[in-house]
Amino acid sequence: MLAKRIIPCLDVRNGKVVKGVNFEGVRDVGDPVECAEEYNKQGADEIVFYDITASFEGRGVFLDVVRDTAKKVFVPLTVGGGIKTVDDIREALRAGADKVSVNSQAVQNPQLIKDGADIFGSQCICVGIDAKKIADNKWTVYINGGRKDMGIDLIDWVHTIEKLGAGEICLNSIDADGTKEGFDIPMLKAVCDNCSIPVIASGGAGKINDFYEVFEKTGATAALAASLFHFKELTVGEVKDYCRGKGVIVR
Amino acid sequence: MIAIIDYGAGNIFSVKNALDYLGLESRLVSDKESVKAADAVILPGVGAFPAAMRKLEATGLVDTIKEEAARKPFLGICLGMQLIFDKGYEFEECDGLGLIGGSVRKMEEPELIIPHMGWNKLEKLNDCPLLENVGDNEYVYFVHSYKAHCEDRDIAAYVEYGGRVPALVYDGKYVYGAQFHPEKSGETGLKILRSFGGLIK
Repeated sequence: MLAKRIIPCLDVRNGKVVKGVNFEGVRDVGDPVECAEEYNKQGADEIVFYDITASFEGRGVFLDVVRDTAKKVFVPLTVGGGIKTVDDIREALRAGADKVSVNSQAVQNPQLIKDGADIFGSQCICVGIDAKKIADNKWTVYINGGRKDMGIDLIDWVHTIEKLGAGEICLNSIDADGTKEGFDIPMLKAVCDNCSIPVIASGGAGKINDFYEVFEKTGATAALAASLFHFKELTVGEVKDYCRGKGVIVR
Repeated sequence: MIAIIDYGAGNIFSVKNALDYLGLESRLVSDKESVKAADAVILPGVGAFPAAMRKLEATGLVDTIKEEAARKPFLGICLGMQLIFDKGYEFEECDGLGLIGGSVRKMEEPELIIPHMGWNKLEKLNDCPLLENVGDNEYVYFVHSYKAHCEDRDIAAYVEYGGRVPALVYDGKYVYGAQFHPEKSGETGLKILRSFGGLIK
């Protein structure tokens, strides 16, 4: 049987892992290659590198991080942030990424999803979505790190990207992100029930039972967390042992 | 030396990285002489079956691959594994390399999340040198939407995903095919690649 995946995410700026809360108050927490190696030892099923660098120079350093990691860590690597064109996708894959995660750029230019899927295959196009609740069972899609409401209905967007050839969705709840009060179960359930591609749950993980809950109550096939793992509040191994103990299939 | 066939389909650097890490000498090649000179051959690949087959034909390597796979260890990975079979049905009917009998078709069981993406547990079916050091509770990483249909005798290991999905096929001689990505399957994948390297006389 297919195992549920636990995915640590590393936010990288100028070659360093950083972590902010609610997209603000960023601080350095370490060397990304070392962090990735440590997560690999803990049993991470994939590792996400998210580039929050704004500069051209920073991009080079970021891709070096991916390149160095790919020589030592043999689990799937996803690159997010700064993917605006097909060339950016190609560059990330050449650096050793197995998938790219496109978010704001995909909302502004949905063709990027189709072009990327056509050229490189759906399997490497993960669409990241930041969404926020506006009413019961209704959410809209945001861009620019959760700062700008695009007024697009979440479920409509999910249907759109699936048709365009997205291979996976990483769904981040702006309401849950940084709260540590658990994943956004209603939003995840709504998306999982409305698509047939894998969905990664993101935003809100604060305690070990949150991971079990998201697998138990939604169709999410993976759960992603950043600060929880960075600050060693939990290890990937502890999360997997706990979920396994509750009957969830994990590697 | 292991020849990794570079025909413009997929992330060949990951395979090279894993072999480098294991200390197995390898080269990215796209010409007949290099494939003939190699001790073993790896055919990687991601993307669509017909496009990959056309790219492979464009390199002029199809006949060479068929000849060499009859006399030295040959490993197809992911799409490279699917190309081993007689025919593929991705968008259109397309001839494969025909190294192992069978066809490749879309996974269409209802309620199944496609692609089959993630780690799944290998269930051994037949003896295979690549699985000698792999235990009974080991997972490998998959990402694919099409699967092979072939004889049980050619399946070294399968995984359960809406029924049996051939994971590792082996013709009993030199031809191996991994639907999963050994180069992305952590320690288990490295063990399988190390065993493949160990086949070199």
